[in-house]
Amino acid sequence: MSLATISLEHYLAVSAMLFTIGVFGVFIHRKNLIIILMAIELILLAANLNLIAFATHNGDLVGQIFALFVLTVAAAEAAVGLAILTVFFRNRGNIDVERVNIMKG
Amino acid sequence: MILEAAAFYFFASVCITSALAVIIARNPVRSVLFLILSFCSAAALFILLGAEFLGLILIVVYVGAVAVLFLFVVMMLDIDFAELRLGLLKHLPVGGLVGLVLLTELVLVLLITLAPSATKPAAPAPPLDVTPNTNAIGEILYTDYFFFFQVAGIILLVAMIGAIVLTLRPPAQRKGLPPAEQIARSPSESVKKRNLISRRGI
Repeated sequence: MSLATISLEHYLAVSAMLFTIGVFGVFIHRKNLIIILMAIELILLAANLNLIAFATHNGDLVGQIFALFVLTVAAAEAAVGLAILTVFFRNRGNIDVERVNIMKG
Repeated sequence: MILEAAAFYFFASVCITSALAVIIARNPVRSVLFLILSFCSAAALFILLGAEFLGLILIVVYVGAVAVLFLFVVMMLDIDFAELRLGLLKHLPVGGLVGLVLLTELVLVLLITLAPSATKPAAPAPPLDVTPNTNAIGEILYTDYFFFFQVAGIILLVAMIGAIVLTLRPPAQRKGLPPAEQIARSPSESVKKRNLISRRGI
């Protein structure tokens, strides 16, 4: 892992840091649902970076196809998550995640 | 080679710094803007890796749609964000511990030298100067992975319908005045004259 030539490990390191930042964000923002959703987006971005780095490393296009599907699911997740957030805010007047268990049926 | 390394370090550092800023920014609007910056530099990293199509899709889908959606929701909801930050320090030790453990594990994994994969690629990537990345992806996405492509479309459709159904209100609960009432307003009942003292307000 030399510094001048960029190899797979460099990308994996960036991805590992992004993933850790995402998990860290989910843990420290226990009250703010919007930031938690953004942190989840960061985690999915890290997963995509890993997939594409390995796709290039192995010369295999399937990794890129899979990353494309991950992007699709992430977009759908963001849309439904924000819709639930909006309804939750409308019903409760705040977005405190620690009291979300009120949604239990 | 040096240019590639310089570009990689530049975009990687911007990406990670802005990702950190997403979770520590005080103002959620700034968080969203930093998220956009993070995604843009990640798209540059994708392009550096040779995945041009996915890099541009990331910009179109995330910066163009998802990030704007986040921005819209942040600005639409009237939330006291100062109050939300109160519990932040309480969770910092646990979060920091989990983050540290994760990062250590991931770095330990990275220390292992990765041998080139021994298995044959399922869909070998053609050289970029022969077939452009977008063509190569299209050729296997619309043939070998056509079923999954359709399933992705159905997932998006379900998400769209789900989001609409979740946020739709029955007509009785909708906010907004009936047009007849708005037209019937007259200046005499909606405009008041006041004598203002300078720099006092009402």
